Amino acid sequence: MIDTAITDLLYGFTVALEPHNLMWCFVGVLVGNMVGVLPGMGPLATISILLPLTFGMKAVPAILMLAGILYGGQYGGAICSILLNLPCHPPHAVTCLDGYPMTKQGRGGVALGVTVIASFIGASWGITEMIFLSPLLVRAALQFGPAEVCSLMLLGLLAGSTLARGSPLKGVCMTVLGLFLGSVGTDLETGSERFTFGMTELDDGVELIALALGLFGVAEFMSSVNQMSPINMAYTNVRFRDMRPTLADLKRSFFPMCRGTIIGSLCSLIPGTGPTIASFVAYAAEKKVSRTPEKFGTGMIEGVVCPETATHSSIQGDFIPTMSLGIPGDAVMALLLGALMIQGIVPGPQLISQHPDIFWGLVASFWIGNIILVILNVPLIGIWCKMLAIPYRFLYPSAMFFVCIGVYAANNDFFQVGEVVALGMLGYILLRLGFHPAPVVLGFVLGPRFEENFRRAMLIARGDITVFVTRPISAVFIGMCVLLLASQLYFRLRGPKIKPDAAAQGEGSPPMPGQMTPQRIPVTPAE
Amino acid sequence: MWAKTFNTNGPEDGREEIVQPSTSLLRDLVRKKDFYAGGLMLLVGIGIALKGSTYRLGSLMHMGPGFMPTALGILLMLLGIAIGASALAAAGAGGEEESQSILPDNPQWWAWFCILMSPVLFIFFGRYFGMAPGTFACVFIAALGDRTATWKATFILATVVTVFGVGLFSYFLQVPMPIFTWGGGL
Repeated sequence: MIDTAITDLLYGFTVALEPHNLMWCFVGVLVGNMVGVLPGMGPLATISILLPLTFGMKAVPAILMLAGILYGGQYGGAICSILLNLPCHPPHAVTCLDGYPMTKQGRGGVALGVTVIASFIGASWGITEMIFLSPLLVRAALQFGPAEVCSLMLLGLLAGSTLARGSPLKGVCMTVLGLFLGSVGTDLETGSERFTFGMTELDDGVELIALALGLFGVAEFMSSVNQMSPINMAYTNVRFRDMRPTLADLKRSFFPMCRGTIIGSLCSLIPGTGPTIASFVAYAAEKKVSRTPEKFGTGMIEGVVCPETATHSSIQGDFIPTMSLGIPGDAVMALLLGALMIQGIVPGPQLISQHPDIFWGLVASFWIGNIILVILNVPLIGIWCKMLAIPYRFLYPSAMFFVCIGVYAANNDFFQVGEVVALGMLGYILLRLGFHPAPVVLGFVLGPRFEENFRRAMLIARGDITVFVTRPISAVFIGMCVLLLASQLYFRLRGPKIKPDAAAQGEGSPPMPGQMTPQRIPVTPAE
Repeated sequence: MWAKTFNTNGPEDGREEIVQPSTSLLRDLVRKKDFYAGGLMLLVGIGIALKGSTYRLGSLMHMGPGFMPTALGILLMLLGIAIGASALAAAGAGGEEESQSILPDNPQWWAWFCILMSPVLFIFFGRYFGMAPGTFACVFIAALGDRTATWKATFILATVVTVFGVGLFSYFLQVPMPIFTWGGGL
């Protein structure tokens, strides 16, 4: 098994090292890093704004570039959160806790330096996991009938909506809304039109790009415009020289890195628990293990290293269910999957055997991309820090242009630019009412496939709904769904005080803000 | 606990909720964000279910196009009721720390209008005058939304983005949209 994995991986490297693919991987990483650094631009906004750039490309370079944008944006976000105390992306909320105090002590460069190392190690482990686990998962998944696929999707949807930020009830609401939006347009089996209200432009359904840009672009701009207070640039003058950690720093970060890696990879195996939860759990665990827990929040290097490693390890791990089962764990993965579908590639267990160039090329490009990131981030740190100074008033109008032209370029149709206005308005109302729109995209991408498999399962079972619990594999998934809901109920009734990380995901104080109003979150260190 | 220190709200938010005991259940309820959230979902759910049931429902074995949307609509209605009910429970229990106002502390009507107008102007100018005017109008109006915007800075920004954007999308990425046109053949 190891032999085949290594042969496949080598094949992947030959794909990823083709000059054309290598170039787009580099461009993706560079642009992702650049946009990720900008305050107020989270990875969801970054990916959806840059998605249209890949329309003209072939599938392999397109997916390599998008993946590059994703983890490049992660690296960039760390810079923003450590130097400015602005968590642009929820997982970095905990990095701020000790990263910013380190910056204030003049050790911001060191924090960035170890972050780069930690991210690389976490990512490498995640990639290794992907190489060995994905083929195993695929082998199991090829046995699945429509009923199993359906229950698995249900599990993915439930996990994605209840374990994400905010109240689980509202998360499920957003998923249902996404499933509904996915059903707009021509029904695949009967050919009748649904919810088009006579508009022929809606026959092909709502455009994924319009949905993503409306919810994560326009709505975010509406909530952050004029809400950003001036950025404190006092500590952003970091040079290459400052980044070198001392031997003592490295020694102190070694075990946190190992722990972070393990926590991150475990979190990525549970569907729906993405990098955010991984980083919170990692920070909490590190604090528990530490001999001086009271010092956390005052610039402990462990508090930076462990969550960052966990984040990166779990981001790479999130690709496992996405690529091998076709079931994305969160909205970012749903967008990547949507991008593959735009390229005409059907996601699912057959993807690895039918398009080995995409899968193994992607795996290999992760390593290449991460090495590029290390190279980019270490000497160029000064330039990234300068980019922090770009004011939001220049940023969002330019981004609005990218939104408009990007949606237009999807189908060369102005109607879909109009969809953005409507969806943006909807997204902002939802944000104000305390909904987090990320699960909408999850539901939207999975919706049509869920419906198709559900119908097929019902047809095979002759309308017998109990098929989902009488077939053993399906029953296991349904059981996990029930367990998930029961545990959510349990923690809600017990109250958020008991389990800090449950409180973090459930009652949702921290994260989302990153994107909403970055400047106004007082991320104060723990008492 | 460390998780609690992440409170999204500044200390000034929600001060009233804590200090004042709930005098009237109804008044409390109307001030709850979740009440409106649940209500909105209930309405959307009713709309989806009503419209969905006009399509053929079919049986479980042979599902028609209306089956799934109707089911989703009903589910959304139930979820909306559940959210509203939790607001009711919270209203009875007294205030929370979370801010309950739907509008932010300083509503930005002008900026919101500018941002939403930006794609509209892009559609209009893009269709009738071409990509360059569309881009310029789109960036210009969006930039006006900022509190500190000046005419000069806005103009410069819009020009720069137009030049860069047309170069990138028209020449490099070959988006099929004329740079300049008159009256629009579309």
